[in-house]
Amino acid sequence: MSMAKTFQGYRRENGRVGVRNHVIILPLDDLSNAACEAVGNNIKGTMAIPHPYGRLQFGADLDLHFATLIGAGCNPNVAAVVVIGIEPKWTQRVVDGIAASGKPVSGFAIEQHGDLDTIQRASWAAKKFVQDASELQRESCDLAELWVSVKCGESDTTSGLASNPTVGNFIDKVDPMGMTTCFGETSEITGAELVCQSRAATPEVGEKFLRTWQAYMDEVIEPHKTSDLSESQPTAGNIEGGLTTIEEKAFGNLEKIGKKTSYIDVLAPAEAPTKGPGLYFMDTSSAAAECVTLQMAAGFVVHLFPTGQGNVIGNPIEPVIKLSANPRTCRTMSEHVDLDCSGILRGEMTLDEAGDALLDMTVRTVNGRLTAAESLGHREFVLTKLYRSA
Amino acid sequence: MSGPDFLIHGSEDSVGVVVVESVAKGAVLSGLSMETGAALTITACDDIPLGHKIAVMPISNGDTVLKYGHDIGKAIADIPLGGHAHVQNVKTKRW
Repeated sequence: MSMAKTFQGYRRENGRVGVRNHVIILPLDDLSNAACEAVGNNIKGTMAIPHPYGRLQFGADLDLHFATLIGAGCNPNVAAVVVIGIEPKWTQRVVDGIAASGKPVSGFAIEQHGDLDTIQRASWAAKKFVQDASELQRESCDLAELWVSVKCGESDTTSGLASNPTVGNFIDKVDPMGMTTCFGETSEITGAELVCQSRAATPEVGEKFLRTWQAYMDEVIEPHKTSDLSESQPTAGNIEGGLTTIEEKAFGNLEKIGKKTSYIDVLAPAEAPTKGPGLYFMDTSSAAAECVTLQMAAGFVVHLFPTGQGNVIGNPIEPVIKLSANPRTCRTMSEHVDLDCSGILRGEMTLDEAGDALLDMTVRTVNGRLTAAESLGHREFVLTKLYRSA
Repeated sequence: MSGPDFLIHGSEDSVGVVVVESVAKGAVLSGLSMETGAALTITACDDIPLGHKIAVMPISNGDTVLKYGHDIGKAIADIPLGGHAHVQNVKTKRW
């Protein structure tokens, strides 16, 4: 199979390349969702992305909130941003963060104006942004300019046998091309943490990974666990699919990073990579929408999502390509599956062929083909909360 | 030709994964090692759903269960060759 070396993307002000051209209406906080949705309804071609947080957060949790919103606005799949918040100060902080990328952005605060006046003013800005964005043209870009994130969900044993190794085959093929890629899911590495540590490019990076994993165990699992995590990790869906233990799930999970590729750095949640092309580990939740949202906020523009039992996740900004090797899921939930690789289990398809098919589907998607999740309207924008608000 | 009924990931693994729907107790199953390409035949001694594990050797209570060539937990009951290996007889060593 001969592979494309280029794709048609949107080159942004900061040089990064996007695969979609969204104008987003971004609420700073829960209180501003209604105004954002009204603007999104007024101005066709824009997209409001409501979420439940942004009030009385503090410390590292507030920092992550800002990093996620600013990262969403800076994502190269976004052409321009309207930010609406209840108060002007924090609204401006997000506007300034996004403006640093050179992207068109305007902010509006609701206090002293009310929803209706805010909606009117923000709608005028959104109208200009969407008309300007509609004139932007895709241009030829090197495949190496893609930033690709991976995370699996509703995994079962077919994930570990076939769909995760298909993603791993993809990673092993694109890493030498100089693509930037990212995996995460801190809790799901449990049981395979030493093997994961050994996949770091240097001992220092491996130590950084192990510290990150250990901190998660010490700060989250140990204080909050009840008897055990047997129904959360693995999930009831995992168990239904035949996965028995977290160790089994972890080794299946790690199949996503291939056989040869080493990760070159460990990222904080929503942190953009700075060490150049290569594979990165990000400290994330293993919940699908939280993980993909953090990867999107770090600047990843297309996501590969292997599923066993049939997770249906999408993201408003980063297209999520779903693949499955479970023949029953491919039959009963076919509207959610972009790539059926169940042929691997029947001996009809090799992993190498599946990796090529995934690369081909990725090129088609970044050129503009809508994913199953996009066409079905899946826009799960889920912010990670580190602790409860003040 | 019809494909395998179960796959074994690593050559040292004590369990394989059923890749066809509805394996019934007593069925004679053809298996394939993904690492070596070796074929083997096992008789199922339980009903085993798609994606669930089958013991490819007798496993004793307390034994470490190997998959992907790695430790994925311990047996908490004896599992005969061809038995269904899952939460009723395998447990994590972690939590």
